Amino acid sequence: MNARPLDGLVVLEFSQYLSAPSAGLRLADLGARVIKIERPGTGDAGRKLAIKNLWADDNSLLFHTINRNKESFTANLKDPEELALVQKLIQKADVLIHNFRPGVMEKTGLGFDALSALNPRLIYAEISGYGNAGPWKNKPGQDLLLQSLTGLTYTTGDADQQPVPFGIAIADILCGAQLVQGILAALIRRQKNGQGALIQASLMESLLDFQFELLTTYYADGRQPQRSAVNNGHTLLSAPYGLYRTADGYLALAMMDIQVMGEALEHPSLLRFNGDQVFSERDSIKQEIATLLATKPTAYWLQKLQARGLWAMEVLNWQQMREHDAYKALQMEQTVHALGKDFVTTRCPVRIDGQRFTSSRPAPQLGEHRERIIEELINPS
Amino acid sequence: MQLLQEILVVDFSQFLSGPSASLRLADMGAEVIKIERPDGGDICRQLYVSDVKIEGESTIFHAINRNKKSLAADLKNPRDLEKIKELIRQADVVMHNFRPGVMERIGLDYATVRQLNPSVVYAEVNGYGEEGPWKDLPGQDLLLQAVSGLAWLSNDQQRPPTPMGVAVVDIMAGTHLTQGILTALYRRGVSGEGGLVQVSMFESILDFQFEVLTCHYNDGHELPVRSAVNSGHAYIAAPYGIYRTADGYLALAMGNILVLGELLGCTPLAAFTDSRDWFSKRDTIKQLLADHLQTGTTAAWLTILEKADIWCAPVINYDELVKQEGYKLLEMEITVQTSNGLAIRTTRCPIRVDGMRLTATQGAPMLGEHTDEIEHQYGLTPKLQSAVK
Repeated sequence: MNARPLDGLVVLEFSQYLSAPSAGLRLADLGARVIKIERPGTGDAGRKLAIKNLWADDNSLLFHTINRNKESFTANLKDPEELALVQKLIQKADVLIHNFRPGVMEKTGLGFDALSALNPRLIYAEISGYGNAGPWKNKPGQDLLLQSLTGLTYTTGDADQQPVPFGIAIADILCGAQLVQGILAALIRRQKNGQGALIQASLMESLLDFQFELLTTYYADGRQPQRSAVNNGHTLLSAPYGLYRTADGYLALAMMDIQVMGEALEHPSLLRFNGDQVFSERDSIKQEIATLLATKPTAYWLQKLQARGLWAMEVLNWQQMREHDAYKALQMEQTVHALGKDFVTTRCPVRIDGQRFTSSRPAPQLGEHRERIIEELINPS
Repeated sequence: MQLLQEILVVDFSQFLSGPSASLRLADMGAEVIKIERPDGGDICRQLYVSDVKIEGESTIFHAINRNKKSLAADLKNPRDLEKIKELIRQADVVMHNFRPGVMERIGLDYATVRQLNPSVVYAEVNGYGEEGPWKDLPGQDLLLQAVSGLAWLSNDQQRPPTPMGVAVVDIMAGTHLTQGILTALYRRGVSGEGGLVQVSMFESILDFQFEVLTCHYNDGHELPVRSAVNSGHAYIAAPYGIYRTADGYLALAMGNILVLGELLGCTPLAAFTDSRDWFSKRDTIKQLLADHLQTGTTAAWLTILEKADIWCAPVINYDELVKQEGYKLLEMEITVQTSNGLAIRTTRCPIRVDGMRLTATQGAPMLGEHTDEIEHQYGLTPKLQSAVK
C-alpha cells in the first residue's frame, strides 16, 4: 500500500450509526488508524441495522459501508480495569471522536477535561444533535427530525406539496464532514503549538450552515422561501431552473438566459420575456417550457441547448449513470473483501497527488483487533 | 491561537463550490485572498438571485465571501501575473475551480506553481474530473444532481424526479476540498512536502450517496423505489416521513408500528404484527397513519409521542424556527460589516473550537478592495519587491 497523508495518526471512535462513523471513515481513507471502541456483546448498534436485508456476514452491508478499513477494540467502560486499559490507549491516541448524547462521556470519566489532563495533545471531537444546552439537548439527534426542525423540508418539492424531506441522511453526513474539517485543522495547529483541542459540531448547526444562502436571504428580507409551483429546483432561482419531462425522459435546465434559450429551442414566444420576469413570473414561464419540452425526446433538446453552451443535462438513474463513460472514467467503485463475501462500494472522493484512495479491508468483527491493539499500543514491549 | 492562523490562501475560485471551501478556511483563521478579474470579479457578484440584493450584489455572494479579502488582477496582463506569482511564492494554499485546462493556459497550473513554491498545497475542484466525455461541461449543482441519480431519492413515488432545493453538490464538493487541503497541510507539517488536491462535484455527490449506492451495487442493481405516501427515505420502512396534522406537520422517524398504533389510538395498525411488513407494506401503513394523524393537532400528538420516547418532531419553517429557544441558544446568527458600513446578518461557522463559537465581523470585500494593502503587505509592487530583496 502506498503511503497516505494521515499515516501514523491514531483515532479512537466511540460512536454509532452514521454521523461520527462517517468522519472516522474519511480519516481512515486518508491513512489514519481508526479504532472503534465498542461494548462487548453488541458493539455499534449499526452492526445490526440493515437496508433491504443485505448482510455481508454477521454485520449488515450498511455497517461495512460506513466502517470499512477500521479496527475494533471491545471494552466494558463500567469495569475499572477495562476503563484503565482504554485510558492507556487514549494516551497513545491523536484523536478521539464520539457522538453520545451530552453528559454520557463525562459520566464514564471520558469527558474532555479528564482526557486532556491525561493526554494534553489529544484532539477531542464530539457530535451532538442540537448542541449541549437548551430544550432540545436530550432529543434524539436523528436526521429526519433535524431536517424538520431547521426549515429544510420547505426547500424541496413543488409549491402545492407539503414539506418534502431530502431522501439522504444529509444532517449526519454534513456534520461528519464538519467534524473532519475541525479535527484536521486542530491537528495542523498542534504541529505548531503542541496542544490538543476540543472540536464540537452538531447536526443542527451543520444543517443551518448548509442553508446559509437561504438563511442570509431570509434574514435580509424576512420572507419565507417560496417553492416554484412548476418543477421546483431552488427557491431563490428564476425560470427555467428545474427538471422537465420530455417525450422519453427528463431534462435538467440550470440558470440560462431566457432569450438565448428561446433561440436555441427555436421557440420564439419565449423571447417576449425579459430579465425581470424570469423570477416574478417563473411559474408561467416554466409551464410554457414544460409543455414545449414534453413534445420531443431528451437528446433532441440537449443537442440544441448544449450547442449554444447552455447549462443542461439529461436526468439519469443509477443504471443509466453506471453505463456512462463519464461515470466509468471516475473509477469510483472499489471491492471490499468481507468475511462472508466481496462487495462493491464507493471510494474516498478526495484525490491527493493524483492518488485515488482505495482499501479492500472490510469493517472489523466485534473486538477483532483487541489483542493486537493491546500489544502494539497499550503494552508495547 | 486560531486553528489556521498564519495560513495564506490564494483563491481563484468563483460561485459556490470553491468559495464555500475557502469560507471554512477563513472561519478557522486562515487569511483568504480572492483573486478577481478587474471587470466584474467573481461571477457570483453579478448573479442576481431572486429579487433580494445587498449593495447591488446578490445576497448569496455576501453569504459566501464574508471574512475574505479581494485583490483585482488581470491574469492576461503579464505585470499583474507577475504580482500574483509573487503572492503565490508566499502562499500556503492555492485553489481554483476553473474547468480543466484553464489554469494551464493562464500559466498557473500545478507544475508551474510548484516550481514557484515547492511546499504549496494546490487544490482544484471541477465538475466531472479531468478525464471522460463530460470533462469540459459546466459543473453546475442541478446538473450534477440530475446525472448522479440523486433526483430519484426524494419526494413521493408518483412524482417526477425531484432535486434537493439547496446546492448540495457544491457544498459537498466544497467540504471535500477543505478536507483535502487540510490533509495536505497536515502532511506538509510532517514531511515539508506540498501536494495536489483534486475533487470533482461528480465524485462528491456519489460519495454523498455512499450508503444507498452501495446497496444498489450489491442488490442486483435494483433502482430505488420511493414510498408513495409521505416519502422520507427510499430504503426505510414505515412510518418514516412527514405527516399532515389538523394544524401543521409532524415528522416520524424510525419506530415500532405496533407501539405507535397503540399510543396514537390508530387501531388498524395492530394488524401489522410482522415487522418485515413495515417495509414491504409501508405505503398501506403510512396511509393509515396519514389519515389518522389529520384528526389531531401537532402539539397533541407530540405530547403523547415524546413522553414515550418516540422519534418525532414538529415540521417548522424559518418563521417558526427563529422563535425557538433551541435555535436562539445556538447563537447561529452573526452580523458582518462591509467596509462601507453595510451590516449583513448571516450564519456563522458550525464548528466550535475549545468551547468557542467561531464568529466573524468582516463582511465580503468590494471588488479589489484590498489590492493596495496586499501589494504592500506581501511586497508585490516592483519597488517594494526590490526593497525587500
